[in-house]
Formats: sequence, C-alpha cells, structure tokens
Amino acid sequence: MADLRSNFAGITSPNPFWLASAPPTDKAYNVERAFKAGWGGVVWKTLGEDPPIVNTTSRYGAVSLNGQRIAGFNNIELITDRPLDVNLQEIKQIKRDWPDRAVLVSLMVPCEEAPWRKILAAVEDTGADGMELNFGCPHGMSERGMGSAVGQVPEYVEMVTRWCKSMTQMPVFVKLTPNVTNILAPARAARLGGADAVSLINTINSIVSVDLDIMAPTPTVDGKGSHGGYCGPAVKPIALHLVAEIARDPECAGMGISGIGGIETWRDAAEFISLGADNVQVCTGVMHYGFKIVDDMIDGLNNWMDSKEHGEVVDFHRAAIPNLVAWQDLNINHELVARIDQDKCIKCGLCYVACEDTAHQAISITGKGTDRRFGTIDAECVGCNLCAHVCPVEDCITMEAVDNGKPYLNWAQDPRNPNSAAAE
Amino acid sequence: MADIQAERLGATQLAENFADVHRPFDHGGAVVEANRCYFCYDAPCINACPTGIDIPGFIRAIATGNVNGAAMTILKENILGGSCARVCPTEILCQGDCVRNGPGDRAVEIGLLQRHATDYLSAIGQHPFERAPDSGKSVAVVGAGPAGLACAHALARNGHDVTIFEGQPKPGGLNEYGIAAYKLPNDYAQGEVAFITAIGGIEIRYDLALGRDISLAQLRLDYDAVFLGLGQGGVRNLGVPGADLAGVDNAVDYISKLRQAKDLGALSVGATIVVIGGGNTAIDIAVQTKRLGAEDVTLVYRRGPEQMSATDHEQDFAQTNGVRIKHWLRPVRLEGDGNVTAAVFAGVRLEGDGLVDTGVEQNIPCDMVFKAVGQAFVPLTDDSPAVSGGRIDADDMGQTSLSDVWAGGDCVAGEDLTVQAVQDGKVAAGAIHKFLVGS
Ligand SMILES: Cc1cc2nc3c(=O)[nH]c(=O)nc-3n(C[C@H](O)[C@H](O)[C@H](O)COP(=O)(O)OP(=O)(O)OC[C@H]3O[C@@H](n4cnc5c(N)ncnc54)[C@H](O)[C@@H]3O)c2cc1C
Ligand SMILES: Cc1cc2nc3c(=O)[nH]c(=O)nc-3n(C[C@H](O)[C@H](O)[C@H](O)COP(=O)(O)O)c2cc1C
Ligand code: SF4
Ligand code: SF4
Ligand code: SF4
Repeated sequence: MADLRSNFAGITSPNPFWLASAPPTDKAYNVERAFKAGWGGVVWKTLGEDPPIVNTTSRYGAVSLNGQRIAGFNNIELITDRPLDVNLQEIKQIKRDWPDRAVLVSLMVPCEEAPWRKILAAVEDTGADGMELNFGCPHGMSERGMGSAVGQVPEYVEMVTRWCKSMTQMPVFVKLTPNVTNILAPARAARLGGADAVSLINTINSIVSVDLDIMAPTPTVDGKGSHGGYCGPAVKPIALHLVAEIARDPECAGMGISGIGGIETWRDAAEFISLGADNVQVCTGVMHYGFKIVDDMIDGLNNWMDSKEHGEVVDFHRAAIPNLVAWQDLNINHELVARIDQDKCIKCGLCYVACEDTAHQAISITGKGTDRRFGTIDAECVGCNLCAHVCPVEDCITMEAVDNGKPYLNWAQDPRNPNSAAAE
Repeated sequence: MADIQAERLGATQLAENFADVHRPFDHGGAVVEANRCYFCYDAPCINACPTGIDIPGFIRAIATGNVNGAAMTILKENILGGSCARVCPTEILCQGDCVRNGPGDRAVEIGLLQRHATDYLSAIGQHPFERAPDSGKSVAVVGAGPAGLACAHALARNGHDVTIFEGQPKPGGLNEYGIAAYKLPNDYAQGEVAFITAIGGIEIRYDLALGRDISLAQLRLDYDAVFLGLGQGGVRNLGVPGADLAGVDNAVDYISKLRQAKDLGALSVGATIVVIGGGNTAIDIAVQTKRLGAEDVTLVYRRGPEQMSATDHEQDFAQTNGVRIKHWLRPVRLEGDGNVTAAVFAGVRLEGDGLVDTGVEQNIPCDMVFKAVGQAFVPLTDDSPAVSGGRIDADDMGQTSLSDVWAGGDCVAGEDLTVQAVQDGKVAAGAIHKFLVGS
C-alpha cells in the first residue's frame, strides 16, 4: 500500500487530490460532501469584495465528441456570488471540522494594496491553510481589470504576489492563466514575487459552439453569447505542456506547482506529477461525475504506485522531466516501422486509407471483401504512427524498432542540417 | 374435439403482442450508435447490402446531425429503405459483415440507424425526389410488391410513365400480406407505398391479374416495356396424406388473413399447433400463432439447426417466444377425423447428403397444422418468357428472354428477400431506361 499523503508548501493533506476553485467548492455544503467522499483538499471558490457579483443564466457550454459528453467544458461564470462574510464563516467552520484536509482560499480583488490587506486579514482569521491568487479568470472579471488581466502582465503578478507575501504568513499560490504566449513570463514573475507555488491552468479563452438557428455563440444569454473559459479533458494536453515548461525552467526552481486542467483519473494525475506537478486540482471531472470519482483516483494511483514500487508520490515526481527534451536533441537515427497483427486486425481499412490519402502510401491491400488483408510496405513506411492511432483495435498496429545499427545522432550533429557541425 | 378458438387473449394483450418488435432510437441514442461506426474504407457492410447503400456515409451523416442527408443516401439506393430497415435479416446481410462483430464487440445497429434516418424523412411528409422531364415513354409493371415498386419509382424518376397492374386490392406485395405483423405495424406498407408513388407518374390499377384479366402480349403492345414483379403466388406441397383435413392450412394464407384482420381477436387459433418447415415463414407463423394465444407451438424441421434457412437470430427469436423447435423429423401423415388431431413424423438422420429414416416415429397431437415448406412461382400460361428451375429466367440486368420484358424479385432466381427484390427492381429500371432512351 503506497503512501499518498502530501505535504505541499507546508500544507498537508491525506492525498494529492484537491478540488479547484470553482462551483464544487463554492460553499460549505459542497465542500463537506467532497471531504466525506475523500478529497484531500479544496481551493475555495474565488472570493472578492462585497457586494458580491451577479451571474447570468445560462452559464455553461460543452463540447461533446462522438457521443462522449463534456469532452470540453466552458463557462461564463464569475467569482463567488455570495457575500464575503458568509463564505468566511463557512471556511472557518469547515477548517475546524476537517483539520486534516487542505483548505485554501482563492482571492481576487482590485490591484491595489488596501483591498488585498483587508481580505488577507479576513482569510487568515478563518484558519485556512493558504491562499491562491486568481490571476487566471479570462472572462467577466478580466474586463474589470482583475483575473487574467493581471495574470497577463508579469509586473502585476510580481507586485501583487509580493504584497501578499509581505502581508501574510500563509503560503501564497498564484493561479496562472494559459492565455499568454509564454507561460514562463508570469511564472517567473510569481517566483520573483515570492510565491510558494503556482497553480495552472485556469481556463482558456473559448467559444465552444455557435447556435446556427439563432446565430449566437453558446452558452446564450437572451440571444447573445460571450467568450468563456475552456476546461475539461480537451485541455489536458495544453495544461501538461505548460506545467512541464515551468517544471524544467531553472528560474522557477524551488517553486511548487499545483497541476490543473482536464484531470479526471489517477492516470491523468500521475502524468501531471511525473511532469513536475506537486499535486493536482480537479474541477470539470467532478462537475461531470460528482465527487465519487476520487475513490478510483485514490485506489488506482495506489495500485499503480505499488506496481511500480513507488512508496510515496515524491518517488515519481518529475520522473518524466529528464525525458522531455528539445526537438533537436531527439535521435534522428531512430527508426520505426508499423506492424499489423493479423490476428487482431478486423479489416476496417482505416489504416490503409489514412496512409494512402494522407501519409506515405505504405499500407497494401491484398484480397477482396471480408478476406482482404492489410500489410505494411517497410520501404515506404516512415514510422509516423498515424495508422496506429487510427486503428480502432487496441495494440493491433504496433511500431517496431528497426535495428539499423546507427548510433545516436541529433539534428545539431546531422550532416543533412546545413547548420550542423558535420556540414561545415 | 379440436380446440380452435378466437379471442384467446384480450385486446390489450394482443395489441402488446403485435406492436413493433424493435424499439427505435431516439436522436441521442442514434448519435451514440452512429458514433460506434468506424467509417471503414471500402466498407464490408456495403458489399453485404444487396442494394449497396453507402452505409458508413449515411451513418456519419446521422452522427453529424445531417439526418435528412442520411435518409437520402439510403433512399437513393433503396427506395424501400424504410421497410428494409424493419424486415431485413441484417444479421446475415450488412450487420453480418460489420467489422465490429469480433469477440466482446457487436455489430453496429445498421438496421435501426437506417430506420432512424428514413423515419426522420418520412415525418417531414414530403417526397424528396424530383422527376426528370416527361420522356414520352410508358412502362407496365406487373405486381406492386417491393420489386415492382422499386422499379416503378426509378422509372418515374427518369421521366417515364408507369402503370402498375396489381392482382390484389392493395399494394405492397408481401410487405402488406406476408411479413410478420410486428415487423411492419401501423399500416407501414401502405404509408410507404404512398411515399413512393408521391413522386408522380405512377398509376396503380388494382384487382387486375396478369393471365386472368390482362395478357402479357397485350401489355407488350400497349407499353414500351414491361417489368414483371410477380413474386411467388403458389406454395409447395407437403405431399403427405391428411393434408386436406380441416385445421391444416398454408402458413402464408393464415399470415395473410392475420395481416388483413381488423380485429386480431376474431382470428381462430388452435390451442396446440404444429408448424412444418425450416424457413423464416415457419418461424413467423409459429411466433404469430403463439402471440395470438396458442398454448403450445412446435416447429418441426426435417434437418438440423444449421440447415434451417431461418437465421440463428430468427431461431432464437422463436425460442424466446416460447416456440419449441424439433429437428430431424420428416412428416409422414396428418391424422384426424374431420379436423386434424395429430401430425406424425419419422425420425431421420443424415447419411452422406441424404436423409435416412431412423425407424422411430413421433406423433405430435395438435389442433392445427401449418405448412411452411416454401413458396413457388406460378408460371404464366400464355406468352410467358422462358422459365427455368421454376422461376423466370433473367440476366444480371433482369432482362428475360423477351426483348422488352424484364423481371425481378421472388419470381426470378436468387435470395427471396425484400431487399433483393428492391435491388432487382432498381437494376431492371436502369436497364429499361437505357432501352427506352436508346443509349
Ligand atoms: C411469410 C413471409 C415472411 C417473410 N419475411 C421476410 C422478412 O422478414 N424479411 C425479408 O427480407 N423478406 C421476407 N420475406 C420475403 C419477401 O417478402 C419477399 O422476398 C419480397 O416480398 C419479394 O418481393 P416481390 O416484389 O418480388 O414479390 P411480392 O412481395 O410477392 O409481390 C408480388 C406482387 O405481385 C402481385 N402479383 C402476383 N402475381 C400477379 C399477377 N399475375 N398479376 C398481377 N399481380 C400479381 C402480388 O399480388 C404482389 O402484390 C418473407 C416472405 C414470406 C412469404
Ligand atoms: C464553472 C467554472 C467556474 C470556475 N470558477 C473559477 C473561480 O472562481 N476561480 C478560479 O480560480 N478558477 C475557476 N475556474 C477554473 C477551474 O478552477 C480550473 O482551473 C479549470 O476549470 C481547469 O480545470 P478542469 O479542467 O479540471 O476543469 C472555474 C471553472 C469552471 C468550470
Ligand atoms: S507509420 Fe505512417 S507511414 Fe508507416 S504505415 Fe503507418 S501511417 Fe503509413
Ligand atoms: S486499422 Fe487496424 S483493424 Fe483496421 S484494417 Fe488496419 S490494422 Fe486492421
Ligand atoms: S462495417 Fe460496421 S463499422 Fe465498418 S462502416 Fe460498416 S457499419 Fe461501420
């Protein structure tokens, strides 16, 4: 049995699975249910100044893919719409009732010292474990000069982080927006400001679909739509990349990372952790399936860690980082060819048409009808992998390494590169 | 005393027993199922559909919400796509060759998806095809069954004028008189005929039988071409003593009565029933009498389950309906005094290719016996095109020995299936069109 306990920026929790600041953490009732279900911690739905904001109906849009509901999710909600005092009292009560769980409070107030000082004092009084600066929300609040409007300006990120660090003893997390060209700019700014950790990603600017009957983007509010923030399984690849960028940046070294974006399973979580996240946060996954998904996240991670003989989460933390390299460091002499397992092949022809129409004409058909047979033409195969991705049968097409006897050679060394040492 | 009675079941139970056997998809269900299709290259399911519908094409259109386009893709190849979606033995046709038949998987529900699309279009209530300008040519089609209707529609589309001569008072052929009631409930056949003829240029004249009221020679004089879609009006003989006893009937005749009954409760049915035969007609009569309230139905076939022409799916369906199936029994005689009281069979086994008696006899007491040992084409008496093997001789394009006469469907050789009849009618219409426009 692996040990899933987490100590992150001095905050302990029974497992590395937290709920991200969002509707699931909007009030004591939800958080109580989440903790009963087994979640290790929560980042409370973002608090702001009174009077509370007002939300619209409807608020959510979604992308369904091939019958899979909510492959991607989008919202035009703002921060909490409940009075500050009510939230603070509930946070205090929750932390008292659940001392072993992590309770962080997400905050967003205007970019001036006074409001930050005021709200930090109030949060400290709740006994919460830490705070997260919401510099990420890309809609509604950003037009008011908060959220991603701050997160997109590194100087502001650094300034507000520094204020907060000087005003409170609590660990300070900075939640980053992915709506920037280079994530390292705000991440380094947070580091310079003294952040204990960054959390990422917040949602991505998005329009999920257009209602072609009324010609308005969805979700529609009385016939009109607005851009929203995109999240859910579809954003995981983007989030993984951004997390990894920060994790391997020497200037960000020493700062923690809370990984967020499309996490729904223990496997997703393990991938984030292997690329440098200290823990993970989940929002859409629970909005889709409820809090119970944490059962399998805990159990699955445990079993996988046992199978790999990892005693603790830190044992595989950053484990994939050494293998994440720049393109020019890849071995250009490595050769793969596609292999089709004829016993598994169901003769759908998808590999054939993909390679024939859009790749390298490296798959042949022999025979006809249900007796047809698909084979690879090694001389034409460039090992691109396309066929293996389109094949609907698990492990039917595999990529086999060709033993060409050639040594490791990267692009910098390759004579075909006009700028390489060998070419000179 | 034979126990043959009407009203074995109440009206509510009967309505339930004869309601649609298949549960149609709602839109969401159809999209989920459509997304199971892999969109195969040169898809094997297409080759397994006698009408060659672009199956991955129409399924993808359902998945994208282009349901109308899906229906058109189907109807373009098979104007009776709606009834075929309900009656085709998909397990031996398209779905039988679906690549998703492997272990732990199941074929895409092509039939139900086809039904979803065609139902969608028919709910719109408009005929989707346009006729070409009037060609000035006219064609006589004999028989308003699937073959005749498919042929007529394709010809009408090409601008020809079609007159259908139908021996019965209603159109549809076996869709109206033969197919099991729960496969085409709610007067589906008549609705479909109305949909097909809505293209215009098709006139159906009823109660006019070729050979009785009209002659082929006359039709050839009056029309530029003739298509024969006569089906198989006759039944094969059982050839055993006692077949003329009361309570002994042809399965197809009883089914036809059942299909036309306004009140199913008024049909008399025996308490104990023996069905002789191994095809889908045998299954259909067995299940339908069971569903009318017969207490005990035994289907008896002279060979084993593998040799039955009824598909595995149909055999399972009979068994889940409480029909007992007995194999390797050859009928020897029907016993009774006035009404049949028992069917007597000789046990047989396979030796080489032939059957030999085992010497054991089985006597199955019963109130009714249904013969379902096959239909037969009734040859025309005058001016008939050449016939061989009991069916009209036709080439790949449906052309008979007469230069201006084509034929298709059950009256020519080939699979006796609705979808095959449609294909025959469609192919012949193509050939007739060429013949008429002279290209
Ligand atoms: C009981 C039963 C159940 C079946 N179930 C299925 C099933 O589930 N699925 C499936 O695919 N197939 C089934 N079949 C087979 C299918 O019904 C036929 O293959 C199909 O109907 C053939 O179409 P057709 O147009 O050739 O003939 P028919 O449908 O028989 O139509 C022939 C038409 O011609 C008319 N006609 C005949 N002779 C004359 C004449 N001399 N003058 C004028 N009109 C004439 C008839 O009245 C009829 O309207 C079943 C058949 C039977 C008997
Ligand atoms: C409806 C909704 C409301 C959200 N509100 C907040 C918020 O108030 N503060 C915040 O920091 N992030 C907010 N988020 C962003 C999430 O915390 C999270 O960063 C993002 O959804 C990516 O994670 P996921 O893919 O697991 O959903 C919200 C997301 C959703 C879907
Ligand atoms: S790996 Fe690429 S090139 Fe090789 S067979 Fe597959 S699709 Fe074609
Ligand atoms: S995609 Fe896979 S299953 Fe389909 S034909 Fe190719 S190898 Fe076979
Ligand atoms: S064989 Fe099956 S999966 Fe392939 S196209 Fe046809 S229905 Fe779709």
